[in-house]
Amino acid sequence: MSEQNVDTIKCPNCDFMVDTTGLVTQCPECKHDLVQVLQDLGQIKRKSRAGLARDDSATTHEFIVRTKGLVKEYVMGDISVRALDGVDLDIRRGEYLSIMGPSGSGKSTLFNMVGGLDKPSEGTCFIDEVDMAQLDAFELAWLRCRKIGYIFQSFNLIPVMTALENVTLPMIFAGMGSDEMLDRGRELLERVGLGERYNHKPFELSGGQQQRVACARSLANAPAILLADEPTGNLDLRTGREIIELLKELNDLDQVTIISATHDLKMIEASDRVVHIRDGSVERIDKREDIDIEVGTIDGETEA
Amino acid sequence: MVKDDLRTEISGDIERQIQLPLKQAFAISMRNVTLRLGRAAVTGAGVVLGIAFLISVGTQRVIDHGIQEYDRQHAGFVGGENALGAQAAAEAAQSDDMKANWLIVMSLLVCGVGITNSLLMSVTERFREIGTMKCLGALDKFIVQLFLMEAAVLGALGSIVGALLGFVSMLLLGCFRHGFDLPAKMDWGNMLAWVGSAIVLGIVISLLAAFWPAWRAAKLPPAAALATEV
Repeated sequence: MSEQNVDTIKCPNCDFMVDTTGLVTQCPECKHDLVQVLQDLGQIKRKSRAGLARDDSATTHEFIVRTKGLVKEYVMGDISVRALDGVDLDIRRGEYLSIMGPSGSGKSTLFNMVGGLDKPSEGTCFIDEVDMAQLDAFELAWLRCRKIGYIFQSFNLIPVMTALENVTLPMIFAGMGSDEMLDRGRELLERVGLGERYNHKPFELSGGQQQRVACARSLANAPAILLADEPTGNLDLRTGREIIELLKELNDLDQVTIISATHDLKMIEASDRVVHIRDGSVERIDKREDIDIEVGTIDGETEA
Repeated sequence: MVKDDLRTEISGDIERQIQLPLKQAFAISMRNVTLRLGRAAVTGAGVVLGIAFLISVGTQRVIDHGIQEYDRQHAGFVGGENALGAQAAAEAAQSDDMKANWLIVMSLLVCGVGITNSLLMSVTERFREIGTMKCLGALDKFIVQLFLMEAAVLGALGSIVGALLGFVSMLLLGCFRHGFDLPAKMDWGNMLAWVGSAIVLGIVISLLAAFWPAWRAAKLPPAAALATEV
């Protein structure tokens, strides 16, 4: 099973040359099922699921997250509030995407849907072409454990555990052996610049350090996606910038897809695309080239 | 294609989350107990008091029976009149037993409600932690497992301390009342049975009391658990 990028394959049934740059599962000529051939070529990971979980309308291996008509309604007594009102969003593999919007615009709700932390009222969210609505609790837990790393505004470290224990917790859930776990935990903490402080409890660390521990924890099981909900919201400008630099580095070096909800303009500078959300729907999407950020100064240093 | 087919195909890529190793779960719950000692002590105090009361009633009963038995065996030396008195005493003891049973049931109920209340509080103040754990890949049952283990540890410790407390205090009291040869008159097998069943009961009550709050917390979607402000 070699991973190769072939644009065309020969249909084993009718010898028709099939274009595989889009998502194809059968020969357009004779309708022969090409899934096995494609799988052998490493072009698709799973068998076609007859369009149930897989959407054939787009070229798919490019996108790691796709949402289709995502709606979330919260019912509070007699009133129902639409936090999300039909969000269609395609997020590329390896992209650094920021989601911006005023408070109450639905940023965090979108974040929760993409991260599998809550279920949408309507619409679907695909992670790596798998429809999250069709996963059961065990598969969702697996997804949260291995595929997605989470970073929160309020750090959310477990207060009774040391930095190292916090970082290794997801590895326990992933069933990793304890020697391997400790080695990897120390390695990750060193990577975020906290190698010496592995034995400290969260309350013995500053906000920036706690967020670094949270970053290390989010990387515990080498996720493909990092979801960061206002990661710099509780930090001062300088520490916030360090966290952003760390995220950017992870994005550049490890090709981790970063999806971050923010109102922090420094964050915008680092991102490849910025999605503006207003009243539960996408207002516009800016590409990096189009963004012109005003530069201000703090302590004489340039601060974006 | 039917949905069942789909499930197996998904599993090829998305796997199913595995069981939390018991050793790790135990280590985590022990740490929760030892590091939140104040909170654990409050929860444990309910068990200690309930079980101490239960055992003090039990010890009293074992002591009374021991004395009665001793007196009956030695009744021959004293004479017939006292044998009648012993019978009356036995009847009185029986009605005391009834009262004591009622007290035991009440004390266990109060102890159960107290533990449930403490655990409810301690689970509620940890909603955020539960949400975080679920984000990191914990299954609902991991959460329930952690809380049940904590409750079992608290229940066991509380019951042992309570049993000791109740037993020692009643034994001392009995010794002052009946003389220091009392331990020789007691049925130790019976006493051990009381202590054993009290400890088991203490653990069972703690587990029952912990189950509901733990289950309720584990069932929450992670987003809701994280958004909870306490």
